[in-house]
Amino acid sequence: MTLTSLAQATYVVAAVLFVLSLAGLNRQESAKRGTMLGMAGMALALVATVLLAADQSERPVAVTLTLIAVVFAVGASVGLWRARSVEMTQMPELIAVLHSFVGLAAVLVGFNSYMTEPGDPAHLVEVYLGVLIGAVTFTGSIVAYLKLSAKISSAPLTLPGRNILNVAALVASAGLLWWFLATGSVVPLLLMTVIALLLGWHLVAAIGGGDMPVVVSMLNSYSGWAAAAAGFMLSNDLLIITGALVGSSGAILSYIMCRAMNRSFISVILGGYGAASGAAPAAAVDGEHHETDAADVAALLQDAERVVITPGYGMAVAKAQYPVADLVGRLRAQGVDVRFGVHPVAGRLPGHMNVLLAEARVPYDIVLEMDEVNPDLADTDVVLVIGANDTVNPAALDDPSSPIAGMPVLTVWDAKKVVVFKRSMATGYAGVQNPLFFKDNTSMLFGDAKDQVEKIIQAL
Amino acid sequence: MRIGVPREHRPGERLVAATPRTVAQLVDLGYDVVVESGAGDLAHLADDAYVEAGASVTDTAGAWSADVVTAVNPPEPDDVARLRPGATLISMLSPASRPALVEQLRAQEVTAMALDAVPRISRAQSLDVLSTLSNVAGYRAVVEAATEYGAMFGGQVTAAGKTPPADVFVIGAGVAGLAALGTAASLGAQVRAFDVRPEVGEQIESMGATFVQAAQAQQEVSSDGYASALTEEQEALTRTMYAEESARADVVITTALVRGSAPTTITAEMVAGMRPGSVIVDLAASGGGNCELTVPGERVVTENGVVIIGATDLTSRMPQHTAQLLGTNIVHLMALLTPEKDGELTLDLEDVVQRGMTVTHAGETLWPPPPVQVSAAPVAEPAEETPPPVDPAAQAYAAQQAKERRSRRNLVGGALAAVLLILALSYSPPDVVGHATVLVLATIVGYYVISQVSHSLHTPLMAQTNAISGIIIVGALLQIGSDNLLVTILACVAATVASINIFGGFAVAYRMLAMFRKDA
Repeated sequence: MTLTSLAQATYVVAAVLFVLSLAGLNRQESAKRGTMLGMAGMALALVATVLLAADQSERPVAVTLTLIAVVFAVGASVGLWRARSVEMTQMPELIAVLHSFVGLAAVLVGFNSYMTEPGDPAHLVEVYLGVLIGAVTFTGSIVAYLKLSAKISSAPLTLPGRNILNVAALVASAGLLWWFLATGSVVPLLLMTVIALLLGWHLVAAIGGGDMPVVVSMLNSYSGWAAAAAGFMLSNDLLIITGALVGSSGAILSYIMCRAMNRSFISVILGGYGAASGAAPAAAVDGEHHETDAADVAALLQDAERVVITPGYGMAVAKAQYPVADLVGRLRAQGVDVRFGVHPVAGRLPGHMNVLLAEARVPYDIVLEMDEVNPDLADTDVVLVIGANDTVNPAALDDPSSPIAGMPVLTVWDAKKVVVFKRSMATGYAGVQNPLFFKDNTSMLFGDAKDQVEKIIQAL
Repeated sequence: MRIGVPREHRPGERLVAATPRTVAQLVDLGYDVVVESGAGDLAHLADDAYVEAGASVTDTAGAWSADVVTAVNPPEPDDVARLRPGATLISMLSPASRPALVEQLRAQEVTAMALDAVPRISRAQSLDVLSTLSNVAGYRAVVEAATEYGAMFGGQVTAAGKTPPADVFVIGAGVAGLAALGTAASLGAQVRAFDVRPEVGEQIESMGATFVQAAQAQQEVSSDGYASALTEEQEALTRTMYAEESARADVVITTALVRGSAPTTITAEMVAGMRPGSVIVDLAASGGGNCELTVPGERVVTENGVVIIGATDLTSRMPQHTAQLLGTNIVHLMALLTPEKDGELTLDLEDVVQRGMTVTHAGETLWPPPPVQVSAAPVAEPAEETPPPVDPAAQAYAAQQAKERRSRRNLVGGALAAVLLILALSYSPPDVVGHATVLVLATIVGYYVISQVSHSLHTPLMAQTNAISGIIIVGALLQIGSDNLLVTILACVAATVASINIFGGFAVAYRMLAMFRKDA
């Protein structure tokens, strides 16, 4: 038994633990154990790797180990600090940043692998692909982060001929691969890296803010494939397995999101959705909306038997999840049946609303999915729409010319009364006017969602 | 301005165009309201209540000579003669079938607005009197049927034995049909309903009824593919379905009324096949009836003992609520016509809703209005529509074709991908093949594992996959020991960011999961 084979054996165990850790997430009850298993797998893999690194070190072992210790110290303190301090509402930004780290690591590992290992063609192809995917993930995630944290405009960037630009970048990369294989020179690799960085930037810049849940999960997928590609170049099966798990995870999430928005995956990835719809505005809706105030809503809630709350990104922005949870607690104490209806694309991450509500200690068994809650809405007395817009837009079902036509939505207007919490009459991310606001059973409660919910609680 | 509310004098009419509650709302809009003495009597609304709400009580002439007259039924010639030139009349007018009335209104220079001509666009729903009346009529149809039907609607198991629930069959799932089937279901009947529009099946089921589909018809249709032949076959199958359903039903409620005319759905032959004691309520009686044997306004008992109710006054049999709902529709219209809320009626013929309702104005006939650009499909249809029955069949056929094309394309694509993969791998070094095997298998495992993940845990899932994708650190750690300084530096950077990923990802996933709790 050599140290290498021991490490390989440990990697197998770690891979199994990773699979189990993801499998644990299928239920809330087993989810925590899943995370523990993942941590255990990671710890095993790291210990084995550190031993192997010490063994294979070409420098004094002490130097190598010190470097590794420093790396871990920095990584752990930064990582744990961010994980502790992050607001749950900023989770999408954090995840996007973390994706960019994987991309960056993949690029650097790729270059290192090119510099340290012999250049047979298969290895060169692996290095090339690893760097390509890593670079696209890196800049793509950074743009996603900047958009999500509103550091740059979330509007889609529409360069003329953007699809041609993307294809040209891929063709150029293919050409450079041929050059790279023929010469083994570093120049084509560097050129390709620059092109891939630009490509990642442009791909995500062209996608509007409303599609961010898809983009984030897509980048999650890319970061997995980047790790898998690194596994090929380093001949490391653990990396390949993990990368494939993460890659398919992200791909499935993207697919689920796209289906929830009734959009083809390809069209989201190619971007520019918001721009296309801007050219053909949907049927204009005009009419009067009815305004209401917190005291009226409180009275309405007290008389109601069944209440459904449909949260959206606006709840996250206003950080209204705590007062909302408080409101729900009070109403439930008074015997009102309160439930949440969460649209699959509510928020900026898959499952974003669930996390926010969980943070505010809302029991997860009253948080239902769209398909579970839609049939019950007709029997519901009051629906509170808190910061959601496109996900409750009847135009998606009624108006074939609407850009969101065909997207499944929460049919809140079936309820007896709908109260929409909103800052103004502005449109949602899709830029589509919402006929819901002008329905007779809809009242608008303008103002900051958090303030308004707090006022309702006072009025109760 | 003054709004007049006259007493309705159609025989049997118990409705009134305003109730004390809506009077108060009209007063809020700035109007003076005069109500003819006794206008609300039959709806149990006393004159005093109107006065309390801010109206004054007047006589017939006083009500009809107001600036704005709101009524339920189309006026008689004498009433029109009482209107002042330039006055506004708001009532049901059925302008299409009453040219003489329209002409008289025009000659009188009255602005006539037809409550039964509200464009069916979503913003006009609050004015839609037909929707209101259909809803009430659907409810009342069940009440009438229950009265005629000599048994209980709900099934019971008692010490004296058990009674089966009534079988109710509703044709047409517009507003009236849905109201009827919901009411029948809540009385405990077993309700089945049919509508030619397959998309309303969901609404039918949401009200607690079973959607009867002509599925058989569609299946047989899609296999042979000739549109005209299919139409006939489909129609025949629909007729067979009507016959079967009505034969098994105790109560049949028909609601198919398209712009005032009623297609025949239940033939005399089908009635003959029904059990004695069964009841048919024909909500389309005003348009001639969906049942061949319906006599509008009458109750008919057939030779085999089936009762056919052709009542046309179902809505006025429940005057309290109907008048309130109707009155509210009129208030919404007045609010639309009084943008300043100053009691001055301002007609805006540029507005499609107002234009669509206006029949005569300033001595001109404006009927029929230009077609309205219906931007959104109407949320509620008053009655079953009759699109060509070939549609579902052709659609099914097209869908099947598309499906076949798609599966063929998938097959070709899959085969091509497999060949390419085999070619690529057979030219690769052996260890790459091994890695590829691992990759493919892990992807498949990932697909199945991730598909099981609960939707609400997708964010923790992302954090966790993020953390484990930090496993790329393995590569970087092994490179740190390299004797090439550049490699070491790059590897250190890579390992640092990857370890941020690992620690941050796991910590945040754990933190999120700790928050999920079940209701204790």
